[in-house]
Amino acid sequence: MDPIIDALLSVLRPIGITEIVLQFMLVNAILGVSIYLTLYTGMFSLANAGFMAIGAYAGVLITTQLDLPLFAGLIGGMVLAGIIALPIGYPVLRLKDIYLAIATIGFGEVVRIMILNFDSLVASTLSNIEGERVRFELLGGARGIRSIPKLTETWHLMLFLLVIMFLLIRLHRSRFGRAMAAIRQDESAAANMGIDVVYIKNAVFILSAMLAGAAGAFNGHLTRIVTPDAFGFDKAVDILAFAVLGGMGTWVGPIVGGLVLTALPEVLRFLKEYRGVFNGLVLLVVIVYLPGGLINPTGWRKTWRWLTRRISGDPPETPAPSAPSNTDGGD
Amino acid sequence: MKQLKTELFMDTFLQQTFNAISLGAIYSLFALGYALVFSVLGVLNLAHSALFMWGAFIGLIATDHWGLPLWVAFPLAMLGAGLLSVALEIVAFRPLRRRNAARISQLISSIGAAILLVNIAQLIFLEIYSRTEGYFPRDLISNEPIIIESLSLRISPVRVVIVVAALVLMVALQYMVTNTRVGQQMRAVAFNQRIAGLLGINVSTIFILTFFLAGALGGAAGMFYGLVFGTVDPFIGQDIALIGLTAIVLGGMGNIQGALVGGFLVAAIQTLSTAVGGSSYRNAIVFVLLFLILLVRPQGLLGQAESTRA
Amino acid sequence: MLTLENVSRNFGGLQALTDVNMTVPDGKIVGLIGPNGAGKTTLINNISGLDHPTAGAIRFDSADIHTAPPHRINRLGVARTYQNIRLFGEMTTLQNLLIGQHGQGSASLLDAIIFRPKYRAEERRLRQTAHDLLARFSLTSVAELPAANLPYGDQRRLEIARAIATKPRLLLLDEPTAGMNPIETQELGEQILRLRDEDNLSILVIEHDMSLIHQVCDEVYVLNFGQILAHGTPDEIKRDPVVIEAYLGKED
Repeated sequence: MDPIIDALLSVLRPIGITEIVLQFMLVNAILGVSIYLTLYTGMFSLANAGFMAIGAYAGVLITTQLDLPLFAGLIGGMVLAGIIALPIGYPVLRLKDIYLAIATIGFGEVVRIMILNFDSLVASTLSNIEGERVRFELLGGARGIRSIPKLTETWHLMLFLLVIMFLLIRLHRSRFGRAMAAIRQDESAAANMGIDVVYIKNAVFILSAMLAGAAGAFNGHLTRIVTPDAFGFDKAVDILAFAVLGGMGTWVGPIVGGLVLTALPEVLRFLKEYRGVFNGLVLLVVIVYLPGGLINPTGWRKTWRWLTRRISGDPPETPAPSAPSNTDGGD
Repeated sequence: MKQLKTELFMDTFLQQTFNAISLGAIYSLFALGYALVFSVLGVLNLAHSALFMWGAFIGLIATDHWGLPLWVAFPLAMLGAGLLSVALEIVAFRPLRRRNAARISQLISSIGAAILLVNIAQLIFLEIYSRTEGYFPRDLISNEPIIIESLSLRISPVRVVIVVAALVLMVALQYMVTNTRVGQQMRAVAFNQRIAGLLGINVSTIFILTFFLAGALGGAAGMFYGLVFGTVDPFIGQDIALIGLTAIVLGGMGNIQGALVGGFLVAAIQTLSTAVGGSSYRNAIVFVLLFLILLVRPQGLLGQAESTRA
Repeated sequence: MLTLENVSRNFGGLQALTDVNMTVPDGKIVGLIGPNGAGKTTLINNISGLDHPTAGAIRFDSADIHTAPPHRINRLGVARTYQNIRLFGEMTTLQNLLIGQHGQGSASLLDAIIFRPKYRAEERRLRQTAHDLLARFSLTSVAELPAANLPYGDQRRLEIARAIATKPRLLLLDEPTAGMNPIETQELGEQILRLRDEDNLSILVIEHDMSLIHQVCDEVYVLNFGQILAHGTPDEIKRDPVVIEAYLGKED
């Protein structure tokens, strides 16, 4: 693995991408996949930041408090995220698009606030029981957990991502994957085809949560600090931006989106100061003018045609009359 | 002893109630903006909270930087926020509507616009103040609290002005929606866009008007917020965003009266929880409430059940 | 095979169905007619599980299905088509037929990942069945086209083919001839009769087109304002004054 990584880095370093940047790119690619899974099934869930937080804190606690290797922290983070996803998903996934979005945003905020107040809550409960002031420090409140050992290495991330990519390809050729796509396009029709929509949605939600948790565990051992504020609404929007920019049509899209959005502020230095503006602009411009994202041949073809028509001054095409459609009410 | 305790409770209770009312006025005004756009256009405009912040910001610049009196600054803030809102419609919503894009796309686009607006405000803030915080001048409204001895109330004039102004705005909106031709057209479009268009209503214009009103109300709420709490920074929209969402979900999305009810209810719950448990959980309780409503009764208090389940 | 007993559906004040009693016997084709808004689609939604009655019972082969989720009802043997075509438009014709067979397979995601022989054999079987269906419904030439791009007639046939892919014993057809000319309607009628014979199906057809009703139905129910007005053979229904009044003489 090492020679491959070195070769890759020698190409990337000149344009401003150092090894640590590459590692963040890979983490964000994993996050891109986690939101891809839910979007592919038609669920507009913004809960991934919350699951990332769970995975990060769990993973970090396992390695620092229990002195176990990164692998244990990774598994622990993934498992905890998955376990929490089950009771959350079951009631929440019944909601329709924007209500699901709002509920998952709310979930993310609840997670953040619980992590923030966990220590003081436990401390005050214990104080009430013991009758005297007790100090409790596990999650670190707003300060978070610091001095985490830098256990994540590039080859971990690359291997993990490669495994994920293999699983994604297998997913798309499986009965399960077909059902996911069917649910996205028409949930009721899918149910009438014998697809257990509730089961599949929940399963996908849990898988997505586990991936986000893994990304969190990796990330914690990269940044060496975890704080609750890093996993709030801003993070959830970041993850959404990976999918929007990369394109949600194929699984490659969100991976590319994660890689590109992480790399861009490093490559184009001036962007760093205007990072926030850039993120907002990306979301807005892409969704309005290039809705399929970057990895989207149909969209590029359309944009190309629109551009070349503008340049050559040809009159705009009149849209073809749409085929007669059957509206409600029959004849 | 008992009599004293009751007195203490009463005066705290009244005091808190009044505070909750003034807070509720701000929340309701803000939630009204969400509800207006949702009922007429069917979209959730997550950039509304950025307009809230910009209303406060414009008010701040007008009073602090340009030294304008309050009765000029306030309409200016509303106008500015309203115009920004119209810009949002033209840039972020209309192109997607023309394309028949999914509602989720419009949601995403509004998120992008919100981030843009907040970050631009941040840059301007730094330019003007070299820090990301601004303070409303303290002499805009008399700072002498009105003290009602018999009820042990200390009422700050700011809050009185806010409640009165909010009431005026809400009554004006209600009048407009029910008694004017334009309001009638808005209701027609909210009911069914296609039919409204066939009846000769200029749907595009109604959309622009709706966005303007929503923005103006949100900006007004923002300015009130800045006046009550004294400070303004680019991120005041972020806290209020989820509070506003909770208010309209609680009341029933797209329901104008629901927004009012929801706004006051959320303010009441917040005030109550602060009185009981301290202020650190003020926002947490709102988010938990939001989550619970969506799980138990997503259509809110005044909405209809069928449209929320997938 | 299918029995509806005093089925009522109330939408918070709007009574969509009232005391509907209906039976679809084994191997018969039953028609359901009625003016627009009579409640026909609501009825089918209640049978297929997308909606549930507020009162009454629906039984399929003596098993209660009125509280079951749609996928379970489908697995028991009930399939349906839709009034406005609801194909999976982004997927190809072939993929639609593969999805239709979801309930016929049991390979899990794990099986697919590790290339288990069970998964491979099942995929082969599903694809073979899909190809057979393509041939049977004259869709082989458009197998790789996205379903949304198919000509209207092909889409209608694909809807039915996809429903057949779920290996049903009862087929619910919701206005299958909408938008068709008389020749196409006649052909569809013959196809429906073939389905009954070749696949041993019982069929419930919702229709406005009386010529199709006469062509295929053994018996007909008339629904208006959520209530069954009449029940009999197509000839009896045609002459029933109550029915004529409900339709004001409307007949294609």
